[in-house]
Amino acid sequence: MASSAVTPSPVLEYANVRKSFGGGAVLDSFSLAVAPGETVALVGRSGCGKTTALKLANRLLDPDAGAVRVFGGAASAQDPVALRRRIGWVIQEGGLFPHWTVRENVEAVPRLLGWPEEKRRARADELLATVGLPPAEFGARRPSGLSGGQRQRVGVARALAAGPALVLMDEPFGALDPIGRRAMQAEFLAWKARWGAAVLLVTHDLREAFRLADRVAVLERGAIRQVGVPDELRRAPADAFVRELVEDLRA
Amino acid sequence: MSGLGAFLWQRRAEILALTGQHVLLVAAAAAIATAIGVPLGVALTRRPRLSRPVLGFANTVQAIPSLALFGFLIPVPWIGGIGARTAIVALVVYSLLPILRNTYAGILAVDPAVREAADGMGMTESQRLRSVELPLAFPVVLAGIRVAVVVGVGLATIAAAIGAGGLGVLIYRGVATADHRLILAGALPAACLALAFDFGLGLVERRLGPRR
Repeated sequence: MASSAVTPSPVLEYANVRKSFGGGAVLDSFSLAVAPGETVALVGRSGCGKTTALKLANRLLDPDAGAVRVFGGAASAQDPVALRRRIGWVIQEGGLFPHWTVRENVEAVPRLLGWPEEKRRARADELLATVGLPPAEFGARRPSGLSGGQRQRVGVARALAAGPALVLMDEPFGALDPIGRRAMQAEFLAWKARWGAAVLLVTHDLREAFRLADRVAVLERGAIRQVGVPDELRRAPADAFVRELVEDLRA
Repeated sequence: MSGLGAFLWQRRAEILALTGQHVLLVAAAAAIATAIGVPLGVALTRRPRLSRPVLGFANTVQAIPSLALFGFLIPVPWIGGIGARTAIVALVVYSLLPILRNTYAGILAVDPAVREAADGMGMTESQRLRSVELPLAFPVVLAGIRVAVVVGVGLATIAAAIGAGGLGVLIYRGVATADHRLILAGALPAACLALAFDFGLGLVERRLGPRR
């Protein structure tokens, strides 16, 4: 699955995208493709445009110029509501609905899609078990009764509930301590083998990107500096910025 | 004090009937003000530019002395005249502001990350409103209704001045005849009503409040 070559039909593709908010461009000449089943990590410092790139995929934002293609069609031609229900989104800090139980949170998208109750329940049970939260114990709790790590697990389960072919993850393990983070990363690799979904993962942590992703894209000041499998970045950093990032990791 | 007790007991039928009228006036006004104030408050959150003039206007209207407002309404066609209808209109005017303001503030206080999560899950705007924003704003909205009702119980005593009935009838009669017992016969049940509504709505707030 890991390949730096152009893939025939990407699930998600950015072509020369530009996006600005008032002042300067947050993204400029931004191009990136995510193949089916592939995990691509978008690495960069905070404020470099990573989250903006994710929100362009599910049309929480629309580009000023350039094109975003999702599931083979222009994102701009797709109904945002329908599109978002087909894309899993894992939000920083979990972003759970505080007034809903864990189970209700996980069932959110299936309910929007009108799945029958039994199917929803079965799916939520399966996912909660997968992310290490036994439904009998956690299903009826509210987010306020969970630890930060448990909330992020629920966030992951919620994003996967409707079986999306594309999952966007925004610093999914960002709020965790180093030990919890490593545990979640290991679990992510195990879940990924089960889902088969394409994942675009945003992180500021190159180490995390190297562990989790098939390909890594380094973003700096709104443009991609280098895209490649982790080995390529390690062996042949494209410029001084990437070299510094990689060397920081060795130190 | 036993004299007052006996006095009230003697007039219990009248007090009870006027209390019933009083509750009806306040309840009708609160229901109408909620039906107007909640949707209007939601609409203001969607059009922030309108929020300042509308809230400012509602504030100004509330500053009109209540007896004057009751008087002003009497000659107004359709909604005016003598009686309960005019009183309810005036009470709605006063109840509207706390409900409107709290709905507006309550919806705006919903965590933007939660609102964005709702969008990102693929909720339509009305789904987001019904299943996320209104439930999360509910305690604040209910607090506004609670204020409106408690204030309304006091204001409704003035409704008697324009022939709308309620406990104010006893108070006015007491003032006119300089009879303290009559004033108390209206004022005591009105105060008890205000406290009872406050307590009851507070219970509802705690029972149904979504943040546990």
